[in-house]
Amino acid sequence: MTALLTRPRADPAAAPRPGRRTAWAPTILLLLGAVYCLIPVLWVVMAATKSRDELFSTFTLLPGTGFWDNLADLTAYRDGVYWRWMVNSALYAGVGALLSAAVSAAGGYALAKYRFRGRGLIFTVILTGVLMPPITLAVPQYLLLAKAGLAGTYWSVLLPSVLSPYGIYLARVYAAAAVPDDVLEAARMDGAREVRLFTSVALPMMRPGLVTIFLFQFVAIWNNFLLPYIMLGDDQLFPVTVGLYSLLQQGAGIPAMYTLVITGALLSIVPLIALFLGLQRYWRVDLLTGAVKL
Amino acid sequence: MVSTRAPRRFAPYGFLSPAIALFVLFFALPIGYAIYLSLHTVHVRGLGLGGKSREEVWAGLDNYTGALSDPELLAGASRVLRYGALVVPLMLGLALLFALLLDSARTRFGSFSRLAIFLPYAVPGIIASLLWGFLYVPSVSPGYFLLRAAGLDGPELLQGGGLYLALANIAVWGGTGFNMVVIYTSLRAVPPELYEAARLDGCSERRIAVRIKIPLVLPSLVLTFFFSAIATLQVFAEPMTLRPLANTLSTTWSPYMKVYRDAFVQGGLYSAAATAVVIAAVTLLLSLVFLKLVNRRATEAGS
Repeated sequence: MTALLTRPRADPAAAPRPGRRTAWAPTILLLLGAVYCLIPVLWVVMAATKSRDELFSTFTLLPGTGFWDNLADLTAYRDGVYWRWMVNSALYAGVGALLSAAVSAAGGYALAKYRFRGRGLIFTVILTGVLMPPITLAVPQYLLLAKAGLAGTYWSVLLPSVLSPYGIYLARVYAAAAVPDDVLEAARMDGAREVRLFTSVALPMMRPGLVTIFLFQFVAIWNNFLLPYIMLGDDQLFPVTVGLYSLLQQGAGIPAMYTLVITGALLSIVPLIALFLGLQRYWRVDLLTGAVKL
Repeated sequence: MVSTRAPRRFAPYGFLSPAIALFVLFFALPIGYAIYLSLHTVHVRGLGLGGKSREEVWAGLDNYTGALSDPELLAGASRVLRYGALVVPLMLGLALLFALLLDSARTRFGSFSRLAIFLPYAVPGIIASLLWGFLYVPSVSPGYFLLRAAGLDGPELLQGGGLYLALANIAVWGGTGFNMVVIYTSLRAVPPELYEAARLDGCSERRIAVRIKIPLVLPSLVLTFFFSAIATLQVFAEPMTLRPLANTLSTTWSPYMKVYRDAFVQGGLYSAAATAVVIAAVTLLLSLVFLKLVNRRATEAGS
């Protein structure tokens, strides 16, 4: 987890030398950027600790005394529907990203390691999927799933989230870079079947890249609003984004609901921030090569 | 050895079959269906009662002429363009600046700043808009609190032109860190010998950044520009979230919101499908033109 925090520079020449003075102006600029990014998070942490009265009466960046009450209120709200939303989000994002990584791995591996008819065409067609506006997909997806009797179910959010054109692109790059042809050839000589070649030779080599694909897709699904908002009507199936949105809709005119919304917003960002700090070394993003330089 | 060659010939199709099946079911089929809907409309026979009274009939390009001449769609498109003109340069400018500062050998607290600036990537657009939405409300915002303490009136961010700033700020906040990491990663891939020589010649860090580093990360900049521009045109969750706080924000503020409203609030599926297809066509067209331009520039630079 310390990779991004304390990763030493690869080259000693560029490392801060004792003789080289700290450049304060750029350092302060960077810290200003950090403060700008942290302020809303700091605000929600503080606001979630305030009771209803304190929210409007005390300075907003100071802590209050009501966090546990707020938490209890949120948990009590409609029999704990908030926690159900959190579980739903984890389910959509976790299962969706896992399936997505698996589909991307198999597809990317095939595109990188085999020569076959239609290879270029299949790749190009799948990749244009990146450019498809989500709304142009989501409206007919809803109508088609409704015909199949699946609209408004878990499947309606899960299934459209599995295929990630960008994930396939990345998996292809990883497979091309991480799986040497002669290793595959040698295993073939030993009589390994094609499926086994993939599962026990290629897959382990592609693993770090697949974690990155999983993370990208996890965040994409967790943060998605449009698709579940269109697909779902029953609030028992809402992910936390749509749930909080509905809470805000109901509570906009009622200041008493503010504390619920604020506490819910804070708790909803905790899992992703934890995931993100815990798996930092996989967050090295090179869009072109998908580089994971470990 | 036919028996070992045959599986090898079919294996790639097997590996690709889940991806292809999902693509057909959740990309190709919906797009085809959207196009089909956009070319049809519903005729109601008689009083509209009874099972067979509503029938789908061919509408030709009527839905398209309707969509393209709809002043609300054009107004939404121009609002989103103005919003994008604020977001993209600001966000990428900041991302590039922060990436260069991080890459400079003499800045401190780099890892802390990098982490803090990347953090908003983990916050869904809905939650980001919710947080900023509260920060824009004078009664709970620390900014307004301080301004009031200083005897000043804060700017009105939830009305009129302020709304653009309010929305752009949310997007800049959410996207700068991700783009910064993309640019920073490509900066780190540059061998340091490239600027050691310039440094020895007494070149300033700023000059090295402008003359050497920025040209080297140009491909990343082009790519981040491309994806950011597309993402800003798709803005939906942020204005939707601010609506309860900003009552001047219309239900058709962005083209996405209009498609949603037409399809699901007003039940105008066929015209909504036409609008959605227009959005897709415009996105594809702009992407192709952009990629073509970039490729031409690249080949010209290469020759």
